[in-house]
Amino acid sequence: MQTVQFPAKFEFLDEIREFVGNIARENGFNDKAVYNIQLAADEAASNAIEHAYNGITDGMLEISCGMDANNLTILLVDHGKSFALSDVPAPDIHADLGDRKIGGLGIFLMRKLMDEVEYHSTARAGNTLKMTKRKA
Amino acid sequence: MEITTQEFKHCEMIKVKGRVDSATAPQLAQTLEKANEDGKYKLVMDMSELEYMSSAGFRALLAAQRNAKKYNRGEVVLVGVPDRIREALELAGFTELFKTFDDPLQAVGHF
Repeated sequence: MQTVQFPAKFEFLDEIREFVGNIARENGFNDKAVYNIQLAADEAASNAIEHAYNGITDGMLEISCGMDANNLTILLVDHGKSFALSDVPAPDIHADLGDRKIGGLGIFLMRKLMDEVEYHSTARAGNTLKMTKRKA
Repeated sequence: MEITTQEFKHCEMIKVKGRVDSATAPQLAQTLEKANEDGKYKLVMDMSELEYMSSAGFRALLAAQRNAKKYNRGEVVLVGVPDRIREALELAGFTELFKTFDDPLQAVGHF
Protein backbone atom coordinates (compact mmCIF):
# COMPACT_ATOMS: atom_id res chain seq x y z
CA MET A 1 0.00 0.00 0.00
CA GLN A 2 1.19 3.48 -0.83
CA THR A 3 -0.14 6.32 1.29
CA VAL A 4 -0.32 10.03 0.58
CA GLN A 5 -1.90 12.96 2.37
CA PHE A 6 -3.65 15.85 0.73
CA PRO A 7 -5.29 19.00 2.07
CA ALA A 8 -9.05 18.45 1.94
CA LYS A 9 -9.59 20.87 -0.93
CA PHE A 10 -11.12 20.34 -4.36
CA GLU A 11 -7.94 21.67 -6.00
CA PHE A 12 -6.21 18.42 -5.04
CA LEU A 13 -8.70 16.11 -6.77
CA ASP A 14 -6.48 16.05 -9.87
CA GLU A 15 -3.58 14.68 -7.80
CA ILE A 16 -5.82 12.20 -6.00
CA ARG A 17 -7.05 10.80 -9.34
CA GLU A 18 -3.49 10.65 -10.62
CA PHE A 19 -2.31 8.79 -7.52
CA VAL A 20 -4.90 6.01 -7.72
CA GLY A 21 -4.83 5.98 -11.53
CA ASN A 22 -1.07 5.36 -11.66
CA ILE A 23 -1.29 2.47 -9.21
CA ALA A 24 -4.23 0.93 -11.09
CA ARG A 25 -2.42 1.28 -14.42
CA GLU A 26 0.84 -0.19 -13.06
CA ASN A 27 -1.15 -3.18 -11.87
CA GLY A 28 -2.62 -3.92 -15.25
CA PHE A 29 -6.11 -2.43 -15.09
CA ASN A 30 -7.36 -1.36 -18.52
CA ASP A 31 -8.22 2.24 -19.47
CA LYS A 32 -11.90 1.83 -18.68
CA ALA A 33 -11.21 0.37 -15.23
CA VAL A 34 -8.59 3.04 -14.51
CA TYR A 35 -11.11 5.77 -15.38
CA ASN A 36 -13.75 4.19 -13.16
CA ILE A 37 -11.34 3.79 -10.24
CA GLN A 38 -10.33 7.44 -10.61
CA LEU A 39 -13.97 8.51 -10.73
CA ALA A 40 -14.81 6.50 -7.60
CA ALA A 41 -11.83 7.98 -5.72
CA ASP A 42 -12.82 11.49 -6.84
CA GLU A 43 -16.43 11.01 -5.71
CA ALA A 44 -15.24 9.67 -2.33
CA ALA A 45 -12.77 12.51 -1.79
CA SER A 46 -15.28 15.13 -3.01
CA ASN A 47 -17.85 13.83 -0.53
CA ALA A 48 -15.34 13.95 2.33
CA ILE A 49 -14.32 17.51 1.44
CA GLU A 50 -17.90 18.70 0.95
CA HIS A 51 -19.64 16.89 3.80
CA ALA A 52 -17.19 15.51 6.40
CA TYR A 53 -15.14 18.71 6.33
CA ASN A 54 -18.06 21.04 5.71
CA GLY A 55 -16.99 24.38 7.24
CA ILE A 56 -13.53 23.11 8.12
CA THR A 57 -10.75 24.65 6.04
CA ASP A 58 -7.64 22.87 7.32
CA GLY A 59 -8.77 19.22 7.11
CA MET A 60 -6.55 16.53 5.65
CA LEU A 61 -7.33 13.46 3.57
CA GLU A 62 -5.17 10.38 3.77
CA ILE A 63 -5.38 8.08 0.79
CA SER A 64 -3.85 4.64 0.56
CA CYS A 65 -3.94 2.50 -2.52
CA GLY A 66 -2.46 -0.87 -3.37
CA MET A 67 -2.93 -4.29 -4.84
CA ASP A 68 -3.62 -7.43 -2.84
CA ALA A 69 -3.85 -10.61 -4.89
CA ASN A 70 -6.34 -9.66 -7.61
CA ASN A 71 -7.91 -6.70 -5.81
CA LEU A 72 -7.08 -3.04 -5.84
CA THR A 73 -7.95 -1.41 -2.54
CA ILE A 74 -8.39 2.29 -1.85
CA LEU A 75 -8.62 3.56 1.73
CA LEU A 76 -9.71 7.13 2.27
CA VAL A 77 -9.41 8.47 5.80
CA ASP A 78 -10.80 11.78 7.03
CA HIS A 79 -11.20 13.24 10.50
CA GLY A 80 -14.33 15.24 9.85
CA LYS A 81 -18.01 14.56 10.50
CA SER A 82 -19.06 10.95 10.12
CA PHE A 83 -22.17 9.63 8.43
CA ALA A 84 -23.92 6.29 8.02
CA LEU A 85 -23.46 4.93 4.53
CA SER A 86 -26.77 3.09 4.84
CA ASP A 87 -28.59 6.38 5.61
CA VAL A 88 -27.79 7.80 2.21
CA PRO A 89 -30.74 6.88 -0.01
CA ALA A 90 -29.98 5.73 -3.53
CA PRO A 91 -31.08 8.38 -6.01
CA ASP A 92 -33.98 7.54 -8.31
CA ILE A 93 -32.07 7.41 -11.56
CA HIS A 94 -35.25 7.16 -13.60
CA ALA A 95 -37.10 10.10 -12.05
CA ASP A 96 -38.34 12.90 -14.31
CA LEU A 97 -36.07 15.87 -14.81
CA GLY A 98 -37.89 17.99 -12.24
CA ASP A 99 -37.73 15.29 -9.56
CA ARG A 100 -34.08 14.36 -9.99
CA LYS A 101 -32.10 14.67 -6.82
CA ILE A 102 -28.38 15.00 -7.14
CA GLY A 103 -27.61 14.14 -3.51
CA GLY A 104 -26.31 10.62 -3.03
CA LEU A 105 -25.17 10.35 -6.61
CA GLY A 106 -21.50 10.19 -5.60
CA ILE A 107 -22.03 7.19 -3.32
CA PHE A 108 -24.30 5.58 -5.89
CA LEU A 109 -21.56 5.87 -8.51
CA MET A 110 -18.89 4.56 -6.11
CA ARG A 111 -21.02 1.47 -5.48
CA LYS A 112 -21.62 0.93 -9.18
CA LEU A 113 -18.02 1.50 -10.23
CA MET A 114 -16.32 -0.53 -7.50
CA ASP A 115 -16.94 -4.09 -6.32
CA GLU A 116 -17.08 -3.29 -2.62
CA VAL A 117 -17.62 -0.10 -0.64
CA GLU A 118 -17.39 -0.08 3.17
CA TYR A 119 -17.36 2.75 5.66
CA HIS A 120 -16.23 2.72 9.27
CA SER A 121 -16.11 5.54 11.74
CA THR A 122 -14.33 5.64 15.09
CA ALA A 123 -13.57 8.61 17.32
CA ARG A 124 -9.86 7.82 17.38
CA ALA A 125 -9.09 6.69 13.83
CA GLY A 126 -11.57 8.94 12.06
CA ASN A 127 -13.73 7.90 9.12
CA THR A 128 -12.42 5.25 6.77
CA LEU A 129 -13.95 4.51 3.42
CA LYS A 130 -12.68 1.32 1.86
CA MET A 131 -13.29 0.49 -1.78
CA THR A 132 -12.06 -2.52 -3.70
CA LYS A 133 -12.02 -3.35 -7.38
CA ARG A 134 -11.30 -6.80 -8.76
CA LYS A 135 -9.13 -7.05 -11.81
CA ALA A 136 -11.18 -8.60 -14.57
CA MET B 1 -10.81 22.86 -17.92
CA GLU B 2 -11.33 25.30 -20.76
CA ILE B 3 -14.64 26.62 -22.00
CA THR B 4 -15.33 28.31 -25.32
CA THR B 5 -18.69 29.47 -26.62
CA GLN B 6 -19.84 29.94 -30.16
CA GLU B 7 -23.04 31.59 -31.30
CA PHE B 8 -25.27 30.08 -33.92
CA LYS B 9 -28.48 31.52 -35.31
CA HIS B 10 -30.73 29.27 -33.27
CA CYS B 11 -28.50 28.09 -30.44
CA GLU B 12 -25.26 28.54 -28.57
CA MET B 13 -22.52 25.93 -28.54
CA ILE B 14 -20.53 25.58 -25.36
CA LYS B 15 -17.37 23.55 -25.75
CA VAL B 16 -15.77 22.24 -22.60
CA LYS B 17 -12.29 20.74 -22.75
CA GLY B 18 -10.20 18.97 -20.15
CA ARG B 19 -11.52 17.84 -16.80
CA VAL B 20 -14.67 18.77 -14.92
CA ASP B 21 -14.64 17.90 -11.22
CA SER B 22 -15.74 19.58 -7.98
CA ALA B 23 -12.96 22.15 -8.43
CA THR B 24 -13.88 23.18 -11.97
CA ALA B 25 -17.63 22.41 -12.17
CA PRO B 26 -18.62 25.79 -10.62
CA GLN B 27 -17.03 27.54 -13.62
CA LEU B 28 -19.04 25.37 -16.01
CA ALA B 29 -22.21 26.02 -14.01
CA GLN B 30 -21.50 29.76 -14.19
CA THR B 31 -21.06 29.66 -17.96
CA LEU B 32 -24.38 27.86 -18.33
CA GLU B 33 -26.11 30.29 -15.97
CA LYS B 34 -24.66 33.23 -17.85
CA ALA B 35 -26.07 31.87 -21.11
CA ASN B 36 -29.49 31.64 -19.47
CA GLU B 37 -29.19 35.18 -18.10
CA ASP B 38 -28.52 36.34 -21.65
CA GLY B 39 -31.76 34.67 -22.69
CA LYS B 40 -30.11 31.67 -24.31
CA TYR B 41 -31.79 28.41 -23.48
CA LYS B 42 -30.99 26.37 -26.58
CA LEU B 43 -27.57 25.04 -25.76
CA VAL B 44 -25.28 22.50 -27.38
CA MET B 45 -22.64 21.11 -25.03
CA ASP B 46 -19.67 19.98 -27.11
CA MET B 47 -17.93 17.35 -24.99
CA SER B 48 -15.72 15.89 -27.72
CA GLU B 49 -12.51 17.12 -26.07
CA LEU B 50 -13.61 16.47 -22.52
CA GLU B 51 -11.34 14.01 -20.73
CA TYR B 52 -13.17 13.59 -17.47
CA MET B 53 -16.39 14.53 -15.70
CA SER B 54 -17.45 13.67 -12.16
CA SER B 55 -20.94 13.95 -10.67
CA ALA B 56 -20.15 17.60 -9.91
CA GLY B 57 -20.29 18.16 -13.68
CA PHE B 58 -23.46 16.06 -13.96
CA ARG B 59 -25.01 18.35 -11.37
CA ALA B 60 -24.19 21.43 -13.47
CA LEU B 61 -25.71 19.78 -16.57
CA LEU B 62 -28.86 18.81 -14.66
CA ALA B 63 -29.37 22.35 -13.35
CA ALA B 64 -28.88 23.75 -16.86
CA GLN B 65 -31.32 21.27 -18.40
CA ARG B 66 -33.96 22.08 -15.77
CA ASN B 67 -33.60 25.77 -16.37
CA ALA B 68 -33.54 25.44 -20.15
CA LYS B 69 -36.64 23.25 -20.37
CA LYS B 70 -38.71 25.48 -18.10
CA TYR B 71 -41.67 26.93 -20.06
CA ASN B 72 -40.48 24.91 -23.06
CA ARG B 73 -38.06 27.69 -23.88
CA GLY B 74 -35.17 25.46 -24.80
CA GLU B 75 -33.05 22.44 -24.16
CA VAL B 76 -29.49 21.34 -23.50
CA VAL B 77 -28.19 18.70 -25.90
CA LEU B 78 -24.86 16.90 -25.74
CA VAL B 79 -22.51 16.22 -28.61
CA GLY B 80 -19.40 14.04 -28.95
CA VAL B 81 -19.64 12.48 -25.51
CA PRO B 82 -16.51 10.32 -25.01
CA ASP B 83 -17.13 6.66 -24.12
CA ARG B 84 -15.97 6.77 -20.49
CA ILE B 85 -18.07 9.85 -19.73
CA ARG B 86 -21.10 8.41 -21.53
CA GLU B 87 -20.82 5.23 -19.47
CA ALA B 88 -20.76 7.22 -16.22
CA LEU B 89 -23.72 9.34 -17.38
CA GLU B 90 -25.56 6.12 -18.19
CA LEU B 91 -24.86 4.68 -14.73
CA ALA B 92 -26.29 7.83 -13.21
CA GLY B 93 -29.37 7.59 -15.42
CA PHE B 94 -28.52 10.89 -17.10
CA THR B 95 -28.53 9.75 -20.71
CA GLU B 96 -32.32 9.68 -20.70
CA LEU B 97 -32.41 13.36 -19.70
CA PHE B 98 -30.34 14.60 -22.65
CA LYS B 99 -30.49 14.14 -26.39
CA THR B 100 -27.04 13.22 -27.62
CA PHE B 101 -25.46 13.65 -31.04
CA ASP B 102 -22.24 12.41 -32.58
CA ASP B 103 -21.76 15.36 -34.90
CA PRO B 104 -21.79 19.06 -33.85
CA LEU B 105 -23.62 20.19 -37.01
CA GLN B 106 -26.32 17.63 -36.40
CA ALA B 107 -26.70 18.97 -32.84
CA VAL B 108 -26.88 22.58 -34.03
CA GLY B 109 -29.39 21.53 -36.70
CA HIS B 110 -31.62 20.09 -33.98
CA PHE B 111 -32.67 23.65 -33.04
